[in-house]
Amino acid sequence: MSGNPMDNEPILVADSVTRRFGGLVAVNSVDFTIPEGSIVSLIGPNGAGKTTFFNVLLGVIDPTAGSVVFRGRRMIARPERIGFESLIWVLPAVLVGLLAALLAEAGIVSGRLLALLGFITLLILIGSLLLGIIRPVWYSKGLERIGIFRSARPNDMVTAGVGRTFQNIRLFHNMTAIENVLVGMHTQLHGNLLEAFLQTPRVKAEEKAAEQRADELLTLVGLRGKGNEAARNLPYGDQRRLEIARALAAEPKLLLLDEPAAGMNPKETLDLVALISRLRNDLGLTILLIEHDMKVVMGISDRVTVLDHGEKIAEGTPDQVRKDPRVIEAYLGAPAA
Amino acid sequence: MTALPATSEAGGARVPMGASLKPLLRLVVPAVFLVGAYAFMGPEQFVNALTRGAIYALIALGYTMVYGIIELINFAHGDMFMMGAFVSLTFLGQILGLTGSITDIARLAPLLVAAFFVSMIVMGAIGVTIERLAYKPLRGAPRLAPLITAIGVSFILQNIVMLKYGPFQTNSPKIFPSFDIVIGSAKIPALSVFIIVVALSMMVALQLFISRTRLGRAMRSTAADRDAAQLMGVNINRTIAITFLIGAALAGAAGVVNGLQYGVSRFDDGFQAGLKAFTAAVLGGIGNTVGAALGGFIIGFIEVGATVMGFSRWGPAIVFGVLVIVLVFRPSGLLGQQLGERA
Repeated sequence: MSGNPMDNEPILVADSVTRRFGGLVAVNSVDFTIPEGSIVSLIGPNGAGKTTFFNVLLGVIDPTAGSVVFRGRRMIARPERIGFESLIWVLPAVLVGLLAALLAEAGIVSGRLLALLGFITLLILIGSLLLGIIRPVWYSKGLERIGIFRSARPNDMVTAGVGRTFQNIRLFHNMTAIENVLVGMHTQLHGNLLEAFLQTPRVKAEEKAAEQRADELLTLVGLRGKGNEAARNLPYGDQRRLEIARALAAEPKLLLLDEPAAGMNPKETLDLVALISRLRNDLGLTILLIEHDMKVVMGISDRVTVLDHGEKIAEGTPDQVRKDPRVIEAYLGAPAA
Repeated sequence: MTALPATSEAGGARVPMGASLKPLLRLVVPAVFLVGAYAFMGPEQFVNALTRGAIYALIALGYTMVYGIIELINFAHGDMFMMGAFVSLTFLGQILGLTGSITDIARLAPLLVAAFFVSMIVMGAIGVTIERLAYKPLRGAPRLAPLITAIGVSFILQNIVMLKYGPFQTNSPKIFPSFDIVIGSAKIPALSVFIIVVALSMMVALQLFISRTRLGRAMRSTAADRDAAQLMGVNINRTIAITFLIGAALAGAAGVVNGLQYGVSRFDDGFQAGLKAFTAAVLGGIGNTVGAALGGFIIGFIEVGATVMGFSRWGPAIVFGVLVIVLVFRPSGLLGQQLGERA
């Protein structure tokens, strides 16, 4: 890696993100950028708004104000005129139906022709609803052009290239390790319903390649040969690793790790730190870390950002942050007079 | 003092023995049941029970899949079956103008394929539309709201069909020729064999779809943990739509089969059939697709068994009695949950 990763172009820019829950301001106009190829950390005492901020970045909750730009695309902001979308689904059918009713009233059409018009109305309704479910690119683009902005959902963020792990492990416990990774690969595979039932050669080849890739990922995180074990039977440390493998399966550019070292013993923590560095150095991933374990944060971060009461109170290299009096105060309380 | 270690030893020995017996029991119990039923009913009624069971099983799959993924008991699903039958009779009888059986296999085969295709596609589209319009807006609402909505949808579907076809039975063309396959002294209708084969292959295809494909994995992960699945890139709305699509298409197929077998349909057919299929799903363990299929066949056997014993009017009472007994001993059904993992 040449030079300081902090000088790279930003992969994600959060611009004055605010989120209120009723009267409570959980996150208060936080600016945050992540340079490509860096490892940045977000820390703060309990209730500082870390998780809320994280959830906004992922599209789990919409921000009250502000926006998030990921890889040059404005993904997340307060939704605009979202109610009009359902109008678009029913309006064409209603118009055609009204037209048919008017024509029938005027005595221009009747009998079979009228039945045909009714049938066409139904087809239009079903068609536009299907369009809303399938959401082809031109449909979303068209919506944006007429001023309807639908903030990205978590699955849209995954498609765009953001992967995540959970603070409390949330594997699919009844599925095997390899199946968990294959679910993570969902956005990378393309087999549709028809192909799945016909078992076309393309789908078969895709499934086979996917299983191979899943094996590679399991090996990368150190779970080689455990692919067929049910996720719930894996030891705790392995479950954490499996979460990382599952997140990597979506081929993310940016990986968000939510307290990956929580509940780990010192040995497991050391392995984890080595794994995170390897993800950055070997796979070129950008990593955002939320972590309580200061040894992990201070050891591998290029930059540390500190949140307290929803506001950014410090940002800088680990050394700068460690000495910052406001950070010490946030964590330990005000010094005795 | 000496008795104590002895009992604990015996207890210790019993546990592994029980564990090793369990898979064996899983094979033995159904085998004994099937052999007993065969001996009791005779081959004709045995096949009859399988045929009925296949129809219930196809409907029950839709109940169980929808429950597994959004925890909604879709009371309108029985009416989807009824509408499937009407789509099929409209297509075969009114659009193609068929009335009687067709003995030429070269004509029959494409007609059957077309009937299944049309009914499954139309019902699939209707199922997705209903989900979008009636259930999706209520996804965050308390559970009672979508349940009541489902009952409302059921009434709407029944009344649409009653308006169009009237409150009496409508004939459905029995295009499948009625000849028997003779094995020894037993005469088995070819139609029954056809129905059982079609239903079983659909169930196997569904099982493979759920366990082996990308969309099947998306369905299972959504059933297990919707938020986590979405954060792994699974499009939840699309996955739920696909679940409704498949469930409704299977109900459409059951409708076609019903028309071929019984030759008549009425607007309220879906109520009884739906109730029994729902019972089948609960019996097998709602949320579990294998359980739903199993439950469907069990109910077929109970009904036909009751008829054989001369209690045909008691059929439904016995079915629900069995349900109550099973639920007392196994509240999560015979096979428990599989599609999802929440109770």
